[in-house]
Amino acid sequence: MTATPIRARSMGTHLTRLDGHEKVTGRATYAAEHGFTLPERPLHAWLVTSTIPRGRVERVDASDALAHRGVVTVVDHTSARRLAKPDDAELAVLQDDAIAFRGQIVAVVLAETIEAAREGARLVRVHQTPADSAPQVVIEDGEPYTPEAANAGHEPDVVQGDVDAALARAAVTVDATYTTPHEFNNPMEPHAVTATWDGDTLTLWDSTQSVHGVAAVLGRALGLARGKTRVLAPYVGGGFGSKGLPHAPEMAAALAAFAADGRPVQLAVTRQQMFALTGYRTQTESRVRLGAEPDGRLVAITHDALSQTSRYKEFVEQTATAARMMYAADARSTTHRVVPLDVAVPAWMRAPGEMPGMYAHEVAMDELAVACGVDPVDLRVRNEPEVEPETGNPFNERRLVECLQRGADRFGWADRDPEPGSRLVGDWRVGLGMASATYPALFMPGNTARIRALGDQRYAVDIGAVDIGTGARTVLTQIAADALGVEPGRIELSLGDTALPKATVAGGSAGTSSWGTAIVLAAQQLRADHGDDPDAGVESSSTSEGYPDMENLALHSFGAVFVEARVHRWTGEVRVPRMLGVYSVGRVINPTTARSQLLGGLVMGLSGALFEDGYRDPRHGHVVTQDLATYHVASHADVGDLQVEWLDEEDTAATPMGSRGIGEIGIVGTAAAVANATFHATGTRVRALPVTADHFLG
Amino acid sequence: MDSTVTLTVDGTSHEVDVDTRTTLLDALRERLGVHTVKKGCDHGQCGSCTVLLDDRRHLTCLALAVAHDGATITTADGLGEGDDLHPVQQAFLNHDGYQCGYCTPGQVCSAVGMLEEVKQGHPSHVTDDLKADVDLDGDPDDSGMVDDEITERMSGNLCRCGAYRGIVDAIREAAGLEPRQDDARVEQEARP
Repeated sequence: MTATPIRARSMGTHLTRLDGHEKVTGRATYAAEHGFTLPERPLHAWLVTSTIPRGRVERVDASDALAHRGVVTVVDHTSARRLAKPDDAELAVLQDDAIAFRGQIVAVVLAETIEAAREGARLVRVHQTPADSAPQVVIEDGEPYTPEAANAGHEPDVVQGDVDAALARAAVTVDATYTTPHEFNNPMEPHAVTATWDGDTLTLWDSTQSVHGVAAVLGRALGLARGKTRVLAPYVGGGFGSKGLPHAPEMAAALAAFAADGRPVQLAVTRQQMFALTGYRTQTESRVRLGAEPDGRLVAITHDALSQTSRYKEFVEQTATAARMMYAADARSTTHRVVPLDVAVPAWMRAPGEMPGMYAHEVAMDELAVACGVDPVDLRVRNEPEVEPETGNPFNERRLVECLQRGADRFGWADRDPEPGSRLVGDWRVGLGMASATYPALFMPGNTARIRALGDQRYAVDIGAVDIGTGARTVLTQIAADALGVEPGRIELSLGDTALPKATVAGGSAGTSSWGTAIVLAAQQLRADHGDDPDAGVESSSTSEGYPDMENLALHSFGAVFVEARVHRWTGEVRVPRMLGVYSVGRVINPTTARSQLLGGLVMGLSGALFEDGYRDPRHGHVVTQDLATYHVASHADVGDLQVEWLDEEDTAATPMGSRGIGEIGIVGTAAAVANATFHATGTRVRALPVTADHFLG
Repeated sequence: MDSTVTLTVDGTSHEVDVDTRTTLLDALRERLGVHTVKKGCDHGQCGSCTVLLDDRRHLTCLALAVAHDGATITTADGLGEGDDLHPVQQAFLNHDGYQCGYCTPGQVCSAVGMLEEVKQGHPSHVTDDLKADVDLDGDPDDSGMVDDEITERMSGNLCRCGAYRGIVDAIREAAGLEPRQDDARVEQEARP
């Protein structure tokens, strides 16, 4: 059985977040806040980490730590439980003496209080021997290689047509290199776990985007029988990708709890430790070449992306993939190269690939607009492809041009003097910039939903999904209500627990699409099995393996971002008083939560444009800017007047709800729009993020 | 070294044994089980642990519990009357001034404390005339930013979900200010 499209009644209308009351009072309980509900108070865990980038642990001397009052035990690589399958090097915590990066977990201290645990960790003496050969910790040190695949299975290289010939013939060319720095997810809730063993059963309250994913990965590595790992995540304080897959701290907590004699263990990763242990967006370097006719129509596009991975585990940011589908051109080449280093492994951060890739591509497009003397909005309209360039598949709902035109109208783009540096207000140079945005409509198979009739047209809906702040609890309730033809108040939705049916990760902007389709399918199955007025207690469950039309259609969301930037003529300070994003994202299921997600994407894009800059120490390989003072993320005062709107649409080719994902597209293109606005304000082209004041001085 | 301190938290008095190293934040969370105050950075950089300490907003991660014997603490959970939310909390719900909810109790406490500071006439870094009455609804400064008084005063509270716009709208409502120029339209769109 396949889900069929459902009629929108609650979908498309406002519904206040169902967990709002818990959140504004603080009663919502996150991963490190369950200890007081357990039969025994947890021991506090504190991580001890390596201080050299490559080498070996000779000896962990815990004598002083164990002598400190309150310290119970110290677990290291000689005492930790052995994993059944230590094949994921990131999760093979305390399994041997190898040090693969600075900041790696080399011991865990367990103590009765958090103060004793922290002091105990300070007292542990780790004797480390550096490797004979010098570590390689910055991208200039290493040799790039071609990966077998980039993140999400993308081909590393795709070539269409004769790029060199097309560029040689092109009337106008742009050839420039754009860089983005290491960026760190920094959800406000630090990664945290409460772990407890009961015989051979492991229970974790985890701050994760995927309870089933954590249970499967940790259970397999630990050699636990199926069903012996339970993971709960009733509330998660943000993730933005870093909580999409389990990282080393989750395994450390499980191993520490195994050594705790039946006591639960509570571990909160410190903000500083998060910079090494919970993933980040690698720095990227993109060489983009564009060849065009005099009127700006593209004849060639190349995007060669370089990024960094770790030597012990590979992660390849798919930086150049957006260039494969964004604009029309007969000749096109996109490549990915990575440099392996002795550093912590990068991972997912909101819109991996699209964020840095579209920054580069959309600044290059702005440069092309200037070179051709064509308006930047018109340039994009002129380069609309008829079919998806990479596959030749027809687009469903490619409404980029409408987003561009509506945004231009609303932002007052027509009044913009194209001459850079032409407007001065007081001591501020004022400019307007724009960029396009895109994100694929992804769908993850293998989600199961279970619906049980409670009588009187009330229904319990169970799915092991996670609400990390997206509003999933609320929008899945609306979807279930519409799928069953009842008011949302008649739905009791449960999520965030592996005791509930299997669900995929809150990631890839695919959560609502994938989980919602499973709920629709289960609702339709329930109606088929039990009719319109089922007796209390009957239930149906269904697993959604796919949805029609995803094979032969190119399904993407699109958007246009407009920015006003002001650059101070004497100090170079950059302010962004105004931003607008207009999006085509399918049906918006809850306009209130959707607006917040899109606004949040704009804020994170602005933050990446102007502030975020993880600086890696070239000798030791750790991130120096490892806190929220030195790694600044956008604060209240950095954010001006933000607006988002969306086109009225429903895309039933993408999902039976008519929706596509919205979690990531807000961050895509935004940094480019900011950078392009600063160029228009000043005439100075900045090709490196973040766009800081020093670029505009001298 | 251990000490015993008395803390009144959300109207309930507690005697609690603390280590001299114990922060007020850890005393609340780990000794008393009061998790309505959150730990985001433990370094005074994010604002998630903000409470009202003797009626002033305060970062509990930068306070030692032994230094606050006898203190009265109000967390977000203690702001309302019984089951009724405080007007600032209700405004956060009305304007979706949060997503994941982790920074939210701190934002709420900070907003309540900040509005009281304004009432008492405290100027901020962006207040032009230090002798004049303090006004949250002032003119945009010369960088063109609106709501600069509110955003300046709230900048100690980070929100990585980027709910700043909703938070400012919520504060405007709670402060009795006119909605922003397009706010009413937004509301209308959001609530058909």
